Amino acid sequence: MENAISVSGLRKSFGSTVALDGLDLSVATGEVHGFLGPNGSGKSTTIRVLLGLMRADKGTVRLLGGDPWRDAASLHRRLAYVPGDVSLWPNLSGGEVIDLLGRLRGGLDQRRRKELIERFDLDPKKKGRTYSKGNRQKVAIVAALASNVELLLLDEPTSGLDPLMEATFQYAIQEEREQGRTVLLSSHILAEVEALCDRVSIIRNGRTVETGTLADLRHLTRTSISAELAGHPNGLSKLENVHDLRIEGNRVQFDVETHSLDEALRSLTSIGVRSLTSQPPTLEELFLRHYTEDAKAGSAS
Amino acid sequence: MTRTLERQGAAHAVSGRGDHLAGTGHLVRLALRRDRVVLPIWVVVLGVMASAGAGSYEALYPTQAERAALTATMGANPSLTLLYGPAFDLSTAGGFAAWRYGAILSLFVALACIFTVTRHTRQEEDTGRQELLSSTVVGRYAALTAAVLVAALGAVLTGVLMAVSLIGVGLPATGSFAFGGSMALTGLVFTGVAAITAQVAEYSRTANGIASAVLGVTFLIRAVGDAAVDASWLSWLSPIGWATQVRAFADERWWVLGLLAVTALALGAIGYRLLPMRDVGMSLIPARPGPPQAASGLRTPFALAWRLQRGVLLGWAVGFAVFGALFGSLAAGVGDLLGDSAQAQQMMARLGGSQSMVDAFLASMAGIMAMIASLYVVQATLRLRAEETAMRVEPLLATRVSRLGLAASHLVFPLAGSAALLAVAGFATGLLHGLRVNDLGGQLPAVLGAAMAQLPAVWLVAGVTAVLLGLLPKLTTAAWAVATLFLLISMFGPVANMSQAVLNVSPFQHIPKLPSAEFTATPLVWLTALAVVLVGVGLAGFRRRDIG
Repeated sequence: MENAISVSGLRKSFGSTVALDGLDLSVATGEVHGFLGPNGSGKSTTIRVLLGLMRADKGTVRLLGGDPWRDAASLHRRLAYVPGDVSLWPNLSGGEVIDLLGRLRGGLDQRRRKELIERFDLDPKKKGRTYSKGNRQKVAIVAALASNVELLLLDEPTSGLDPLMEATFQYAIQEEREQGRTVLLSSHILAEVEALCDRVSIIRNGRTVETGTLADLRHLTRTSISAELAGHPNGLSKLENVHDLRIEGNRVQFDVETHSLDEALRSLTSIGVRSLTSQPPTLEELFLRHYTEDAKAGSAS
Repeated sequence: MTRTLERQGAAHAVSGRGDHLAGTGHLVRLALRRDRVVLPIWVVVLGVMASAGAGSYEALYPTQAERAALTATMGANPSLTLLYGPAFDLSTAGGFAAWRYGAILSLFVALACIFTVTRHTRQEEDTGRQELLSSTVVGRYAALTAAVLVAALGAVLTGVLMAVSLIGVGLPATGSFAFGGSMALTGLVFTGVAAITAQVAEYSRTANGIASAVLGVTFLIRAVGDAAVDASWLSWLSPIGWATQVRAFADERWWVLGLLAVTALALGAIGYRLLPMRDVGMSLIPARPGPPQAASGLRTPFALAWRLQRGVLLGWAVGFAVFGALFGSLAAGVGDLLGDSAQAQQMMARLGGSQSMVDAFLASMAGIMAMIASLYVVQATLRLRAEETAMRVEPLLATRVSRLGLAASHLVFPLAGSAALLAVAGFATGLLHGLRVNDLGGQLPAVLGAAMAQLPAVWLVAGVTAVLLGLLPKLTTAAWAVATLFLLISMFGPVANMSQAVLNVSPFQHIPKLPSAEFTATPLVWLTALAVVLVGVGLAGFRRRDIG
């Protein structure tokens, strides 16, 4: 099946600032795809290019089989967008905005609208500026989810939502996935991404640095091992790919890169293992590694 | 480190009223930084206008006889006093300049002050920026104080520049300072008005709207009071009236300046009293809840644009109807007073392009209405840009709404809305004038036609604004400068003896001066064609550029 989104070699500059520097992104139809990266790494610019709000300087961009710049209006019938910072018209009520955006997309499921308003505990009678940030986000989320579309482009949609509403959102996205909709979810809430996403892409400085399933990405990082052994551990420090080794008597604690896990465990079992705990790499660690590398690269340049 | 602590200690030590103004200096600098282009422009343009007019007086009316005739004709004409205020002494360059420019300049100074105060108070709250500023060491009254100080600075600088430039063209210092002072103090009065409306209204647009309406009403009261002999006391109810009653260059009445100053202080004090009665971001008039569902009509970009623009258009339409009715009811009085003085007719011909005083008056009213309508055109066109910078265009363009569809639904307002405004004004003027001279069938279509003939020039302003919107979105505010330039050239150019090349810059100069002048379609056709091309270029630019 064709990808819902395929982007390759995307470049976009604003004057002398390079926002996107050869970005690649592919989102398969029907998947929930996480889109991660530090602030200012180009996530929102990418989404604006996908929406045809900005024109790419270079590279190819295909969205739902069309060119997002040329076919903007016709493609937009088939997608819904939630910006990270929703700005509402001060003299329109939330309910009016939901209806308007839904109608402009080409239709709104009234039953779903009602259900979502209840689930998100939204007061549709309030006017634009009287909503809090979280409630403004809810207006845009309800408008997007109540529309009958194939693709959802969500740019940090849950910023400002409370944990209860965050859970409601995750549940709603699961439903969307079951309906066969494709979702591109830009987010900094890693638990959300871990819970929802089939695959993720991490971008940095306008370039894709990692892409794959969470399982794939975990392979690239380290597992934390802590063990109590039968005797004094030795030989571990000689192993490659073992980091932050700490030894206290018979207790040992270290991080090991996934592809050297076998070797490290063999070394432990050769001494005798009394207890063992291992922690799989979290997305957060993966994320932090890229972020700190980013900081290092930033300070080096 | 120690020094920092000492400084913090010192800040804590400031108590009582001082705390409420903490940070005002920083906010003033911020406001000046934001207004670094706009403020100097309005100070200079408004500051030198009167002296430019005074400078040409000698050339225009060289002999004593001509000056005497001027006072006897124009000065005694109620339709002209309606517009410009009473003429106290037209036999000197100063008296002439004060009469010809006083009322109009006071309007512009007042508008500049209103917009400045609103921009740094209510608009900051609208955008949420004030919340961020208020969280720092900034006192409760600091934002209002900074806004008032910046607007006052602009008004005072304008007044000083007016005085200095009038002295510079050789006019007596006393009159020059009286004139500059009356203009600056008028600015301060409306700074006070805006300080109140910023507390009362919920949005910056409403705050500006109410303050401008107050300005319009005070101008109207003055106009009626000055034009109607038996109700001249009315002028004394209007601050704009006081500005003319200072009688610069005609035996100045300094105490009237005191009246303006006291009013400005009183209005400002009310604003300061109202401020603590509301919360930051909220207004004295609370917001009402809206419908939980949208009306079935709210389903197109035009329906949304109508919803966003209708209030402003309606406000303008009411203003145009009132002014049109007023001009219409007074127009017939022009001829009575003039008799058949050849000189007077020549002068009026220069202003209104006609030998008949009444027709010339009607023609110049149509022109003035059109120039004012062009300000609406800029406002209505730039609404799309305001929506864009507020990030509200993005979610719309992420639906099946096309860029052209979105832009077109907003451009309907400057194009059709301005036509509606001119129709309202022309109809009101024609109706009341027709009724008064018992020739409704003849006058109504003639006057309406004169107003509608101005439309191509108004559309040209829409075209220029659309080009900026489409190609130079960061410079869209320049549209205000262009519209104001056209207005100043056409309003003051003919009297100030500007060269034809300069006059030709303004599109209003090319419109046939109906109803009496001969109707020529050629300029209307090419102005319309030019406007169409400009709007097209603007739309094409908007279609191709990045949004945001």
